[in-house]
Amino acid sequence: MGSDTIWIIGSNMTRFGKHPDKDVVDLAAEASRVALKDAGISLSEVGVLGVGNLMNAGAGIGQQLQKQIGQTGIPVFNVSNACATGATALRVAIMAVKAGETDVGMAVGVEKLAGAGLLGQRGPKPESETWQPSGRFGALSSTEGRIGTSIMPGVFAQVGMEYGHKYGGTSFELFAKISEKNHSHSTLNPLAAYQKRFTLEEIMNDVMIAYPNTRPMCSGNCDGAAAMIVVNDEKLKSLPLEVQKRAVKISASVLTSDPYVDGCQILPDVNTLTRNAASQAYEQAGIGPEDLDLVELHDCFATAELVHYDNLMLCEEGGAVDFFESGAPWRDGAKPVNVSGGLQSKGHPIAATGIANIHEIVMHLRGEAGDRQIEGARVGLAHVIGLGSACGVHILEKVA
Amino acid sequence: MSEAQEKEITETGGKIAFVDYLILDDPPYLQAQECTSCGARYFDRRNACASCFKDQFRSVAIDQEGVVTSFSIVQMGPIPYVSAVVDCAGTSVKCTIMNVEPSPEYVTLGMQVKLMTYSMGEDSEGTEAIAFGFEPI
Repeated sequence: MGSDTIWIIGSNMTRFGKHPDKDVVDLAAEASRVALKDAGISLSEVGVLGVGNLMNAGAGIGQQLQKQIGQTGIPVFNVSNACATGATALRVAIMAVKAGETDVGMAVGVEKLAGAGLLGQRGPKPESETWQPSGRFGALSSTEGRIGTSIMPGVFAQVGMEYGHKYGGTSFELFAKISEKNHSHSTLNPLAAYQKRFTLEEIMNDVMIAYPNTRPMCSGNCDGAAAMIVVNDEKLKSLPLEVQKRAVKISASVLTSDPYVDGCQILPDVNTLTRNAASQAYEQAGIGPEDLDLVELHDCFATAELVHYDNLMLCEEGGAVDFFESGAPWRDGAKPVNVSGGLQSKGHPIAATGIANIHEIVMHLRGEAGDRQIEGARVGLAHVIGLGSACGVHILEKVA
Repeated sequence: MSEAQEKEITETGGKIAFVDYLILDDPPYLQAQECTSCGARYFDRRNACASCFKDQFRSVAIDQEGVVTSFSIVQMGPIPYVSAVVDCAGTSVKCTIMNVEPSPEYVTLGMQVKLMTYSMGEDSEGTEAIAFGFEPI
């Protein structure tokens, strides 16, 4: 029998940043073991393992992790789904528990990226003596630079600029102010890779990567892992009261891909699949955006955060600029967004991100977020998007 | 090299287009594959239509002029360039904007642009590659 309600009983993320002394499996092991301890259960009780890692997608990181922390013979799903990889691993665990295949699932996302540089950049093709068309466009060489850009900072810059063209009101300064907010929030997060406050001038005068995104407006490549233990209702009731009290309800768990819309194969459409995921999540949870106490959204670039205010329906359609300028998404505003510091300062170890953003919500709902606690938080939403595209939205509630 | 491309080179005096969808006619133009069922337009080699799943396409010429609906000035390499999306009478085209200072003072949303082509140089057999961009009108 399937179980209707799924609970998070254990959650952890490592510090994000540089971990030169740890490999991918070390980081995954650390997050997993602390999450299990947090849940107060043994690995022997876990019936399914979803593991996300993008940079070694073919390496079976899940089984490598088991070799270090415990080989119990359970099914392992190694997943990769761009920046939504972590959320996908969690979806696997949730689906297995929901389907009644097991009572306890574990999800882990891990990445080592420190020093990886800008992603999405392809090296030049080997020089040929004669022009040789290749690929689906019959291109004679790399299209990068010749036919616009496919590199992330440029793509997401265009996502924000497109919003500006459609609705007006955007500017370099506006996007920089979004980054100023997230860097300011990060000063309260001891696990963030960068915990430095930047002035608006510092952000705008930093190295331009892809206008209008300067360096601090881009997510930071770094190392990190996050892990989560989920259980069904029946299992939760069998656990000690202390575990039950700290359990957080997964009121919605949604994964979408990008549906066809005009122009979506020219500039990736990160909007429609996010809006679809949000709509489905609000319906599943039976709550609306007005009920959210905090939101962690995928600010891989400052330009991306703006469009997701709108896509997640935190504002009226076309109203993202006004929403930001009202002060709402600051931690003391009406709808705090990215109080963790977001990807721009917390960092973005890709496959860990989609679990780490949910971990942030868990910490607030449990009242364990320390200096950055959003007081009285009872409902939160975590959003992640991977270009290509995949979007995960989870809505969590404090019930006990 | 495909038969069509061999033919292209013969007929255009040793020129080859940077991508299949740039047609080196006089004047050159971009050519989309339009789904005969739903009208969705694509520039790549297709297996089927991503919108309606049918598999019949016809070649259509894209308007030479359009409006910049989004852009970024990419400054990660030695030479900054302008990546943009241009709306050519309802069809979105991805391109680099040429013949403009790569600065927000000169590149603006809503800017009118038109198709242009330029030489990428010749290979060892003397075949000249022609690429396209858009430039301000």
